[in-house]
Amino acid sequence: MNAYGKVIKYGDNVDTDVIIPARYLNTTDKKELASHCMEDIDPDFKNKVEPGDIIVAGRNFGCGSSREHAPIVIKESGISLVIAKSFARIFYRNAINIGLAIIECPECIDEMDEGDKVRVDFDKGEIVNETKNKTYKASPFPPFIQTIIQNGGLINSIKNNAFGG
Amino acid sequence: MSAMTMTQKILAKHANLDSVTAGQLVLVDVDMVLGNDITSPVAINEFNKLNLDKVFDKEKVALVMDHFTPNKDIKAAEQCRQCREFAMEMNITNYFEGGNVGVEHALLPEKGLVTAGDLVIGADSHTCTYGALGAFATGVGSTDMACGMATGKAWFKVPSAIKFVLTGKPSKYLMGKDIILHIIGIIGVDGALYRSMEFTGDGLKYLSMSERLSMANMAIEAGAKNGIFEVDETTLEFLKEVGAKEPDVYKADEDAEYDEVYTIDLSKLGPVVAFPHLPENTKTFDQFDDIKIDQVVIGSCTNGRLEDLKVAAEVLKGRNVASHVRAIIIPATPKIYLEALEKGYLKIFMDAGCVVSAPTCGPCLGGHMGILAKGERAVATTNRNFVGRMGHVESEVYLASPYVAAASAITGKISHPREVME
Repeated sequence: MNAYGKVIKYGDNVDTDVIIPARYLNTTDKKELASHCMEDIDPDFKNKVEPGDIIVAGRNFGCGSSREHAPIVIKESGISLVIAKSFARIFYRNAINIGLAIIECPECIDEMDEGDKVRVDFDKGEIVNETKNKTYKASPFPPFIQTIIQNGGLINSIKNNAFGG
Repeated sequence: MSAMTMTQKILAKHANLDSVTAGQLVLVDVDMVLGNDITSPVAINEFNKLNLDKVFDKEKVALVMDHFTPNKDIKAAEQCRQCREFAMEMNITNYFEGGNVGVEHALLPEKGLVTAGDLVIGADSHTCTYGALGAFATGVGSTDMACGMATGKAWFKVPSAIKFVLTGKPSKYLMGKDIILHIIGIIGVDGALYRSMEFTGDGLKYLSMSERLSMANMAIEAGAKNGIFEVDETTLEFLKEVGAKEPDVYKADEDAEYDEVYTIDLSKLGPVVAFPHLPENTKTFDQFDDIKIDQVVIGSCTNGRLEDLKVAAEVLKGRNVASHVRAIIIPATPKIYLEALEKGYLKIFMDAGCVVSAPTCGPCLGGHMGILAKGERAVATTNRNFVGRMGHVESEVYLASPYVAAASAITGKISHPREVME
């Protein structure tokens, strides 16, 4: 599995209220929700995002509400991966559970700029910033998380009897 | 057997293990799975993919229609209908709507649905509130909720912990809200990321259950997995009064390991305000000048309990809300509403010029019942002051205690309660 795209960059403590403001949570329609992705922090997001793009952010990405709508709108917008210095724990769980790829890589964030082209090889755990010609190693997920990912999310893990095994 | 924290003991019990250590992955049995009108529809959609005809235990699922209710628009009404139909289909006992609904984290403890030693997951980040009762309670997403409803189980990585030893007697006007804001100001919004916050010390005896609930409620604002209070007489009395199940009390081992220990002298603290746009931006009253406000909100799962309304009534009695301020009071549950009515608080609020709303999360998350226009400022007893949280992206929320909020409603600027009371 790989990801390749341009970087869309944010700072520390990007909260779920700016990822998807609560005023739009009166629907579960993914497309409708995604039309408001990042609206309160980056009104231009929906114009600049292209399939495969990678969100790069600082500490505590996804803090705040437990709304799963946050990773859902990011995934639905075509983002292939979020790389951050750290993730808020509920967002981290939710991303894994719905199959949005995320990587913690504290050392690579400050050296990435908006628009850089980045390639990620998940199997090798390798992050390559092609624009800056820099390569980083990301730490792999614990095995139980890999099982959820391999099964295509938590619900499929239960269907496949891979939950609790 | 290695020494364990309170949290670790509860996780071990629910994983059917003698002991657990930080970092270990465990599969636990849950005592309650909670969702609201925003997160439950997503969970129900996921649950339906499993083609099950029942939830794991119809008495251990709670669906609370509190966020956009009374339904703010057609779409919100449709979401509640989906939850209502699901609850009926699954025979879920604890479905709350209409005249039975209150803000979930005020409602569940009041109904005796959580007791000490329980393990609760909720598709709402402030599920950590029940740590005040000596339970392990944590927020999860809708898919985890769906999984919990289906299997009665959840995965956790056993957290390490930070210990907060509270000592001394709180000074006048100091509330639990000030203490937790003060702590978040020290450790930051990711200061307890992935970890537990455990509260203990001889200062606990001065903190009412209401104050402990508002403190545990905000553990998530420091990034914590859970916040938990040591069980004492106050806890046991509360649990008995609300008719909760027999408590299962866990104390941390004497030699339990903590990543950090903070000792906080409550007698040295005063009221604080968290400035926009993070709960960690706390300031004491000597650190800012006059800040004019447009709105005050007293309510929410953090501070919408009877004791919070009592404090607000004490400040507002015989006084008037400033002419340019909208003061919105939201009793968190129907029971609190009724008690506030019987005790005369609601009359005091209305005489002072406040708006009294039905129980709802409403403005806390920018849903309805008090949205801010561009450039407006609110002092709120709620828990988050993120960009756009209560309305326009250029509006501002200042977090404070009911004392500070009520005083500010009268003066029209962010005010220390003594400005009004002395």
